[in-house]
Amino acid sequence: MTTSKDIFAGSGGLRIRALHKGYGSFKAVDGIDLDVPEGSFFALLGPSGCGKTTTLRMVAGLEEPTSGSIEIGGQDIARLRPYQRPVNTVFQSYALFPHMTIYENIAFGLRRRKVDGIDAKVREMLELVDMSHLAQRKPTQLSGGQQQRIAVVRALVNRPKVLLLDEPLGALDLKLRRQMQLELKRIQTEVGITFIHVTHDQEEAMTMADTIAVLNKGKVEQMGAPVDLYENPATAFVSGFLGQSNLLPATITGRVGDVISLDSEGFRLTMPARRAHSAGPDVQVGVRPEKIQIADEGQAPSGNVIDGTIIDASFIGVSTQYLLRTPADEELTVFSQNTATTLRKVGDRVSVYWDPAHTFALAADAAEIAFAAEVAS
Amino acid sequence: MTAMAHIAPAGGAAAPPPEPGRGNKLTPYFLLLPAGLALAVFFVLPILTLANTSLQSGGYQEGYDFTWQFSNYWTVWTDYWPQFIRSFGYAAVATILTILIAYPIAYMIAFKAGRWRSILLVLVIAPFFTSFLIRTLAWKTILADNGVVVGFLDNIGLLGLTDLVGLTSGSRILATPLAVILGLAYNFLPFMVLPLYASLEKQDISLLQASGDLYASAWQGFWKITWPLSLPGVVSGTLLTFIPAAGDYVNATFLGSTQEAMSGNVIDALFLRIRNYSSAAALSISLMVAIVLLVIYYVRRAGTEELV
Repeated sequence: MTTSKDIFAGSGGLRIRALHKGYGSFKAVDGIDLDVPEGSFFALLGPSGCGKTTTLRMVAGLEEPTSGSIEIGGQDIARLRPYQRPVNTVFQSYALFPHMTIYENIAFGLRRRKVDGIDAKVREMLELVDMSHLAQRKPTQLSGGQQQRIAVVRALVNRPKVLLLDEPLGALDLKLRRQMQLELKRIQTEVGITFIHVTHDQEEAMTMADTIAVLNKGKVEQMGAPVDLYENPATAFVSGFLGQSNLLPATITGRVGDVISLDSEGFRLTMPARRAHSAGPDVQVGVRPEKIQIADEGQAPSGNVIDGTIIDASFIGVSTQYLLRTPADEELTVFSQNTATTLRKVGDRVSVYWDPAHTFALAADAAEIAFAAEVAS
Repeated sequence: MTAMAHIAPAGGAAAPPPEPGRGNKLTPYFLLLPAGLALAVFFVLPILTLANTSLQSGGYQEGYDFTWQFSNYWTVWTDYWPQFIRSFGYAAVATILTILIAYPIAYMIAFKAGRWRSILLVLVIAPFFTSFLIRTLAWKTILADNGVVVGFLDNIGLLGLTDLVGLTSGSRILATPLAVILGLAYNFLPFMVLPLYASLEKQDISLLQASGDLYASAWQGFWKITWPLSLPGVVSGTLLTFIPAAGDYVNATFLGSTQEAMSGNVIDALFLRIRNYSSAAALSISLMVAIVLLVIYYVRRAGTEELV
């Protein structure tokens, strides 16, 4: 299938500027800027009602933007009819035509455009997903995962510059979803065209996407590679929506070169200046639970250290999740690898420590927003 | 029959089947008993009686005897074939007319009506709140020779056109085929609208969006997606309209003349006025068999086995 990539050569990147969509006084999309490089797997991630699907539908041409521009390969498509745009969509419900065979479903777009060599193109797509033997089946005779694959190639066969996927795995069970994540990623690598994938599942977005834009309330909260978003969240929402975060109130006390020092309830902490996303002086200082290690009280070797008492311990198998209470009555979650022979008990007084490089700082009002985002994720 | 009637309660809730659990092959048949009994009493018996009557000889005065009188059939076919043909012709044209009127209505209610949907659906069946006869008689007034409708259609020249093809004559509508067809179409319209609505309403709107995404125009989207998926509704609507329309005699009685008489009118006359029961029964059976054959052919042709 080395030829597949050549077929899609010349596909364009997507550029969105100041995109707005309002329904009456409600702003579903409130000024979104996005740059999706050509050939990348891009995810729009956010809770329901964040504007991700509306954004996708505006790119597809199913909704008309209130204002703003949408460009693909330098051409503004925001005012074009859906079928004039070099995009195709994979719908959430797959929207396979139930009265047509799989073959006819895939051929549908080609037949409408009256292109040549329909049969070869359809067969190539069936081979791409290894389903040639099912060509004459009807969609209802296929499993959910197979329907999903057909929905993807039915769009891909038209060689769009950008493929839009609207919560494509939402209807599948967990095991199948894992499998399809890898499958989608493989297809995307093989055909090399730009995929834009809308999802509310942070794990799904992190598994598949090269770049993620986290959306909240119609705005882009943060955009970047999955690892950057996770390790260095810029906003409270991102820190809560992507995984769990510990947030503690702190005050910036000084800065030496690239190192900021902070005071959190009497504990002295340091962190790299580039990871501070608030000018302070009052901030919320954050660290992911799996970055934290536990030592006996006063025995922490180095780094940022905080004392506390274990108030809850849940053994999960590969790890143990501890809940600590600090002297200032803040709570800290720690995921500890089960490398020790003995587990710590509820009531133990301990010191926890972590590498200052894993610390990040957010605006002072971050804790509540992050908690709400964690609940929404 | 008495034995079956005796067993029947055992299949119901009263007593459990003799061997509860798996392996009792008779249980399904016990469960079928109530429906089977109803069918036997209300369908098979009357049909057998009718078939029996259709093969009797004799007359109202001297009494009837069962003599395998197959010539009854030949007689009614030779005497009444014009009415017979007319029944199917009128019913077919009325059914097509009903589809043409009902489809846009059902489509509008299903996709465009929004919050007016339930009100419109009630309006569709609202005519049923008055008697079938009264409504048909009202059409007599509407289509009256000196009425507005006839005057208007005459003025725009449409009646001249229908005169030419034989649907109307002499610039009037009453007592012409057109009047009967319009009456049939009107009376059976709700039976077409409701199944069409049901099949349109459950269609996933994303299918149409997907067809648009795959370069189909609105028109192509309708013919490639909406129409084929609504075929089950079209088929059931057609059956619900065509079958009763073919046997109808009320519209032809009130809106037509003897020139528009349908099989139903003949059966009505034979049974109730001339009291030639055997001929009436023979015509009834012929009509029923013809409708069943047509329906079987139509359903096969429509190929909706997978869709329904």
